[in-house]
Amino acid sequence: MTSLPQTAPAKKLGLVIDLDICVGCHACAVNCKEWNSGGHSAPMTDWNAYSGTETDPDSGRDSGAWGVWFNRVHTFEVTPIKAEEESRTVHFPRSCLHCEEPACVTVCPTGASYKREEDGIVLVNPDTCIGCKLCSWACPYGAREYDHTDGIMKKCTLCVDKIYNENLDEVDRVPACVSTCPVSARHFGDLGDPDSDVSKLVADRGGYDLMPEMGYKPTNKYLPPRPRRDKAGDLGDITPLARLAAEAADQPLTETKTTGGKMLAWVDAVLSR
Amino acid sequence: MHPAASVIFFTTASGAGYGLLFLLGIAGAVGLVEPNRAFGVIALALSLGLITAGLISSTAHLGRPERAWRAMSQWRSSWLSREGVAAVATYLPAGLFAIGWIFFEDTGGIWAVFGLLASLGAVATVYCTAQIYATLKTIPSWSNPLVLPGYLALALYTGGLWMTALVAGFSGGETGVFGPLTVLAGVLAVAIKLVYWRSTAEASSGSTSGTATGLGDLGRVRLFEAPSTSENYVMREMGYRIARKHADKLRKITSATAFFTPILLLLIALATGGEAAAVLALLAALSGTIGTLVERWLMFAEARHVVTLYYGAEAA
Repeated sequence: MTSLPQTAPAKKLGLVIDLDICVGCHACAVNCKEWNSGGHSAPMTDWNAYSGTETDPDSGRDSGAWGVWFNRVHTFEVTPIKAEEESRTVHFPRSCLHCEEPACVTVCPTGASYKREEDGIVLVNPDTCIGCKLCSWACPYGAREYDHTDGIMKKCTLCVDKIYNENLDEVDRVPACVSTCPVSARHFGDLGDPDSDVSKLVADRGGYDLMPEMGYKPTNKYLPPRPRRDKAGDLGDITPLARLAAEAADQPLTETKTTGGKMLAWVDAVLSR
Repeated sequence: MHPAASVIFFTTASGAGYGLLFLLGIAGAVGLVEPNRAFGVIALALSLGLITAGLISSTAHLGRPERAWRAMSQWRSSWLSREGVAAVATYLPAGLFAIGWIFFEDTGGIWAVFGLLASLGAVATVYCTAQIYATLKTIPSWSNPLVLPGYLALALYTGGLWMTALVAGFSGGETGVFGPLTVLAGVLAVAIKLVYWRSTAEASSGSTSGTATGLGDLGRVRLFEAPSTSENYVMREMGYRIARKHADKLRKITSATAFFTPILLLLIALATGGEAAAVLALLAALSGTIGTLVERWLMFAEARHVVTLYYGAEAA
């Protein structure tokens, strides 16, 4: 049923993505592809993967490798209005936001697209999708990608086949993009519960919606980059290594011919302990 | 937006077909045309043929055409589903109306009721088609208040062109009320289209790369690095856009072939009458239909989708 759930889901599973610490490594996108290649919407087809089999009709050049991805990492440059401030680079992972009022669901003519009442996850039923692509037209976030080999639309499942998987250790029951992020820029939880860790994080850091003016009420939130620091923190006076060496050797700090001598004195002192 | 040939042919052909069915249903019911068998066979075959060819073409746009029947199920929420329901439902009164006209040479009484129901179904189907586009907030030039009247006016106009050609062909050049009516519909359609083009020039969703990323408060947001090295589905489907100079040229071609040429030909036909008028009316119908194909292609090719904000656009 592509009508939205009668009562808005109380549980709103989603992601919180910290733009302050994302390093743009694409590990989330790659692990997403890896997990989902065997998951709910498998396979995540690739085309022209080794080049040479597909030509762009407009340019006549090889169209390059492309395929279905649920998660993509863009990089933006933000140039401040004030000339004296420096511009900054922001890595920006983008996937389905599991909106509270998703137009991609209500436009679906077959009922293949649906929003789950129990946790708010937006899914596509691969057995009833007719591949009309209208949902991808209705999504402002580019979350849906069409698989022209399968003839159906595919999208982020929030790893629905991982987060509830009792064969996995509890710590692993998070979406693949979250478990793989090397800098912990991605957080997963119930954004419908104001006391959850993710909700507190959103409250603390001023998490926000993408394109709120569209009115689709995304569940996923983004944490803004922290204010820029143009000075290093004050760590106090720097203690020269030579002083440490001299202290360690229990000698007064005197002129020595080479720094190497000081180093050796320090190494000697350390090793003689 | 990527202009898919199947969808462009569908909306053009079925638009003309439903426009013609609308006119046939009303004209038959109120007795504007004689229930002549030969006319009925040709006119209804043309109308239902255009509709059917369009609907079959639209399934070519589907990845899984064998599942097309499932599209009938979500009429509560989806305009595409409603369109499917309306299109199929219209066949019933249209078929019954055709039986009365062709087999009994009668379009009065109960057959008139079927005719009027077929007309109603034709309007409903085109209405649903237009609403599929008009309700997409993600595409500012489609979620424009003139899209719905534009679709309805163009269906009436292109249907009217074929109705005029048929009536003129059977009467040796007399277009009846249909010639002047079609000219009026054409003037209305071109007026809507010209105002529409003007309004879409500044059409904006209000979204920017700043709101799309939420980084707008920090400054000007520009795409520094795309997420993929080659064009992905989203860029191919939603990122398609023709150059402005081509768009301007195609608007002129549309105006000339879809509107000004057919209207001029019909005005000459109305003035001259006779067998030449029948030929002119047929030429008008052909020109108008070809022009509408260009107009539909352009409607896709010109449309900007807000998702392009993630792929290099700064406003959409």
